[in-house]
Amino acid sequence: MRYSGFRLLAEALTGNRGWKPAWRDASPKPEYDVIIIGGGGHGLASAYYLASVHGITNVAVLEKGPIGLGNTGRNTTIVRSNYLLPQNHNFFEWSLKLWEGLEQEINFNAMVSQRGVLNLFHNDGARNASARRGNAMRLDGIDAELVDREQVRAMCPLIDIDNGRFPVLGGLLQRRGGTARHDAVAWGFARAADARGVDIIQHCEVTGIDVVDGRVQGVQTTRGPIRAKKIGLAVAGNTSRLAQMAGVDVPIESHVLQAFVSEAVKPLVDQVITFGAGHFYVSQSDKGGLVFGGGLDGWNTYAQRGNLPVVDHVWAAGIALMPALSRLRGLRQWGGVMDMSFDGSPIISTTPVGGLYMTAGWCYGGFKATPGSGWCHAWTIANDAPHALNAPHRLDRFRTGHLLDERGNGPYPWMQ
Amino acid sequence: MIRIDCPFCGLRDEAEFNYRGDASVTRPGLDAAPEAFHDFVYRRANPRGWHLEWWHHAGGCRQFLKVVRHTMTHEVHAVGTARDVLVVPPE
Repeated sequence: MRYSGFRLLAEALTGNRGWKPAWRDASPKPEYDVIIIGGGGHGLASAYYLASVHGITNVAVLEKGPIGLGNTGRNTTIVRSNYLLPQNHNFFEWSLKLWEGLEQEINFNAMVSQRGVLNLFHNDGARNASARRGNAMRLDGIDAELVDREQVRAMCPLIDIDNGRFPVLGGLLQRRGGTARHDAVAWGFARAADARGVDIIQHCEVTGIDVVDGRVQGVQTTRGPIRAKKIGLAVAGNTSRLAQMAGVDVPIESHVLQAFVSEAVKPLVDQVITFGAGHFYVSQSDKGGLVFGGGLDGWNTYAQRGNLPVVDHVWAAGIALMPALSRLRGLRQWGGVMDMSFDGSPIISTTPVGGLYMTAGWCYGGFKATPGSGWCHAWTIANDAPHALNAPHRLDRFRTGHLLDERGNGPYPWMQ
Repeated sequence: MIRIDCPFCGLRDEAEFNYRGDASVTRPGLDAAPEAFHDFVYRRANPRGWHLEWWHHAGGCRQFLKVVRHTMTHEVHAVGTARDVLVVPPE
């Protein structure tokens, strides 16, 4: 069923009795050409691009719960490509371009809103770093704009520009950045993949990966064994555990990151704004709640729940940036488990096991990458080799020394 | 809030500590192969279960401590000094 304004009107006039489920709740077949493990945005996008770009439609997406309930439904929905390293910004820019055409392509309203992403700076050193990052982006044709404090004041009067300790000197603005509706991204990709023949199998947890002579044969699941020629992992947060089922150790640790929503208020913050003197980023959802987050809790965990010291810290950083936040009540707060890689950059790669691929190590930047990750993962699976865009993001870069250390933090996952 | 029973200072909140990562890996000898250094720096078991880890009591005695903590329940099973050999319980 194609969604359109006409369809909406027709259904409204006939009592909304014609809507069909957006995708089939499939049962597993004994064998597939490709199995994607993980029914979040990245896994569903991988399956969609396998079908739409590479014509591989005998594909199953296995998800241990309902789709989109992991990190796809737990992020702060920010979309941007303002990275310093060419290997990163070229990849994320491709993803941003896919976002720009996504809704028309998959015929689903993902509420992509290019409202601008503004990274503030508060001292001369940070201004230089922002200018450098903006220039690096512009050299590769990506939009970046250095704005001064008066422009920041005009854009968001709530910011405490003249703060005595952290005065705002300006910001690096990417106007094409913004937000998208995270659940709709999972639903839209699921519907589009399903329409091309992909089986989306929910409540099917993978308990083992069968490897014979260094090549995958299939998976063991809570709904029985399923054979497959190729397997793609899109299980950020649990990549270590799944990869270890195939005998592969990955340079990743699992950490929890929290996100927050305030009570709904009238339009207050028009862009995505990040604080440069603390770890805090905020935007406002169409329902009116401020959506914001900060840094990791900071120690290994697989628990999808956050802890109070970071709740306190994130609110404090937010109030330092926008004192008016102190008058808002927090409505909800939750945690998602991140794949923290050792250089802060993702892994979209072949592996030492034949027929096993992964899109992993997303740290806390996975949502913006959803279409680009799926697109590159699908390419890597279909061609058994990475695309030029994700060739630098290979798994063995830690062995060869070709790190993508975007922030220069060194090999400490909890500090990326 | 995790609370860690520092052998030098007593029971303290996690806010006094800095996390310093997996304490089960050991630095190889200077003559070891590059592969051994790769594993030391980058290879982690990242278990969902008991985890032996370093915590630095930066807001207290400034000692490095070993802690056995569960990565799903966050329960602290044992705390010791850097020299102690802590036993990680089976799952």
